[in-house]
Amino acid sequence: MINAAPFIVLFPLLGFLILGVFGSRIKNERIIGILGSGTIGASFALAAWIFFSLMGMEADERRHIIELFTWISSFTGNADSLSASVGFQVDQLSILMTLIVTGVGFLIHVYSIGYMHGDPGFWRFFSYLNLFIFAMLNLVLADNFLLMFLGWEGVGLCSYLLIGFWYERKFDVGGYKSGTSTTNDAAKKAFVVNRIGDFGFLLGMFLIFERFGSLKFETVFGSASVMSPGSDVMIWITLLLFIGATGKSAQIPLYVWLPDAMAGPTPVSALIHAATMVTAGVYMVARCSVLYALAPATLTVVAVVGAVTALAAATMGLVQNDIKKVLAYSTVSQLGYMFLAMGVAAFGAGIFHLMTHAFFKGLLFLGSGAVIHAMHDEQDIQKMGGLKKYLPVTYVTFLVAAVAISGIPPLAGFFSKDEILWKAFSSEHGSPILWIIGVLAAACTAFYMFRLVSLTFEGKERFDHHHVHPHEAPRTMTVPLIILAGLSVVGGWVGIPESLLGGNALEHWLDPVFEPANEKLRMSHHEVEAIEYVLMALSVLVAAGAIWGAWTLYLKRREIVDSLSRRFAGIHRILFNKYYVDEVYDATIITPAVRLSEGFLWKGIDVRVIDGIVNGSAKLVDIASHWLRQIQTGVAQMYATVFVGGVLLILTWILFK
Amino acid sequence: MIPLEHYLILSAITFVIGAVGVVTRRNAIIVFMSIELMLNSVNLTLVAFSSYMGDATGQVLVFFVMTVAAAEAAVGLAIIIALFRNKQTVNIDEINILKW
Repeated sequence: MINAAPFIVLFPLLGFLILGVFGSRIKNERIIGILGSGTIGASFALAAWIFFSLMGMEADERRHIIELFTWISSFTGNADSLSASVGFQVDQLSILMTLIVTGVGFLIHVYSIGYMHGDPGFWRFFSYLNLFIFAMLNLVLADNFLLMFLGWEGVGLCSYLLIGFWYERKFDVGGYKSGTSTTNDAAKKAFVVNRIGDFGFLLGMFLIFERFGSLKFETVFGSASVMSPGSDVMIWITLLLFIGATGKSAQIPLYVWLPDAMAGPTPVSALIHAATMVTAGVYMVARCSVLYALAPATLTVVAVVGAVTALAAATMGLVQNDIKKVLAYSTVSQLGYMFLAMGVAAFGAGIFHLMTHAFFKGLLFLGSGAVIHAMHDEQDIQKMGGLKKYLPVTYVTFLVAAVAISGIPPLAGFFSKDEILWKAFSSEHGSPILWIIGVLAAACTAFYMFRLVSLTFEGKERFDHHHVHPHEAPRTMTVPLIILAGLSVVGGWVGIPESLLGGNALEHWLDPVFEPANEKLRMSHHEVEAIEYVLMALSVLVAAGAIWGAWTLYLKRREIVDSLSRRFAGIHRILFNKYYVDEVYDATIITPAVRLSEGFLWKGIDVRVIDGIVNGSAKLVDIASHWLRQIQTGVAQMYATVFVGGVLLILTWILFK
Repeated sequence: MIPLEHYLILSAITFVIGAVGVVTRRNAIIVFMSIELMLNSVNLTLVAFSSYMGDATGQVLVFFVMTVAAAEAAVGLAIIIALFRNKQTVNIDEINILKW
């Protein structure tokens, strides 16, 4: 049964190949849509089947490795020859990720049938989406770092292709290049920034190979679990891998590509830039938890980066006016939470939040897609308002997701976020400061979510009634919304903590995966403490207060908002311009790099040196031949004379040498 | 019995006459005839050595050379006629367009 796992990966690949090769000839959108989402549905069904058969097994028998074939092998004769195979590791963690990727992915594929209706690139869109799922499944199911890296790069490629899907459209990346960019620039930015992270990942992989002589998870983690913590090499390995994670998962300092990635079609933002791809870094850290356990210093870095990102991105989300950009900063912020969880060694809590986040953030993006669809590609929330009358299903589902992400019980976000906050406070690697940052970020999250809901769905209708006629989305779009809304409500119930009389089933399910790491870190099991309830109540109160605040400010007392933004104009400007991070990067890295490339590498090295060598040798031949060709007189007798003379010379040389 | 040296001296003389003719004469027909002269002086050397060595192979070879030379003469004359038809001259000083 479990041996069928490679088919999970195979179906999307088949879908990609069929749609990619024959897609342009299939004129019927329905066939393309069914093919494209059917492959993912099949993968999901298979993954679910495997999941249930894993549930029937003993906890320590749930890890299965299926080797397909040797991919790269270099037998140099000695021990450090490289051998990488295409093999899949099915265990508690990877099957959970597979379920999230294929499940949420399937819903988003179905949604795309409605959303992309009438687009000339319909088939191209679905083939890219299938390719993405294929790469993502490789990433989460791989049993070695190299195959994981293949998936890692593959999702980056698909992200690039899909951000720039409407490559001819204008897209305002904001800030320093306002109004001059296209979606293609956003795609390039995502690709290049990811490349920086990928380079870190690659170096980390090299170091792992150098240290362990293998790239197989089993071997590497096996030998890592008998090492003792504190070696410098482990700090380097984990830090380099974490740089890879900051790129892929949009953490400080490499988060800048994610807000721009909103240039892509909204289902892409939901699938790639909210639910799945951006969580790859979190998954990778969780997968390498043993390595991170060997480098507690890195764990601190991870926790701090995560917490700071969570707060910084949440504050940036407070003032954005583009519906998708608000959600983008929210994603960056929530990913920060996940890394905070990783950093305080609460791996299970991080993966739990990853799962619930996939539900509600996927839902938020799909809901925003339905809004954009209804508003004829308008994304500015200042030009919306009062949409709940026109989009009842979207409104209700969006509201559910907003409540879930704000952390109001008993919705999904509350359990996962509170677990992280509690661990940030109580874990040996946590601290109350991390908890405070987390709660502040949670307050910001609740505030900007309800600012978004108020400005979009409630209040006065600020759009132009002559041009815009909002209408509810078709059923292919609303059904995934409803399903995801259901999941956003109940999704957290698999991880109700002991303090709320739950079984914390998800964390117990994942425990065997993280056991070696937890042993290393000597994580003790916490008894239920009174302070946990206090903190829980505090964070819920803060979230509820923020919701109430946003609601009153944006619906009843707009004048306060205006006076506040006038009074704190400086802060507002800084937030609105995203702390000028893009500008700083532009000034310190991009402009010098462009100047260097243009002034030195292009006009200096390329034009002068390389072109000089090529053109110079041609010039030399030209000049030499100018003189040399004079001997070609065309007079046959001169040739004959030279010939005779030559023969005579050779004869003399032979005779008298 | 005429000694070998005589043959060789004769063929050397005819060869040099031919070579000088090729280099100095302007009429393409004469140049062509000079080439034939050079060819035949070489043939003479070949036959002389062949008889000197008592080996008939060289003399058989000369027949082949003569056959090929006949064919070559036919082709050469045809070229000269074609040249004359095109340029109304066989003066090779005026036939020098194959140059830079």
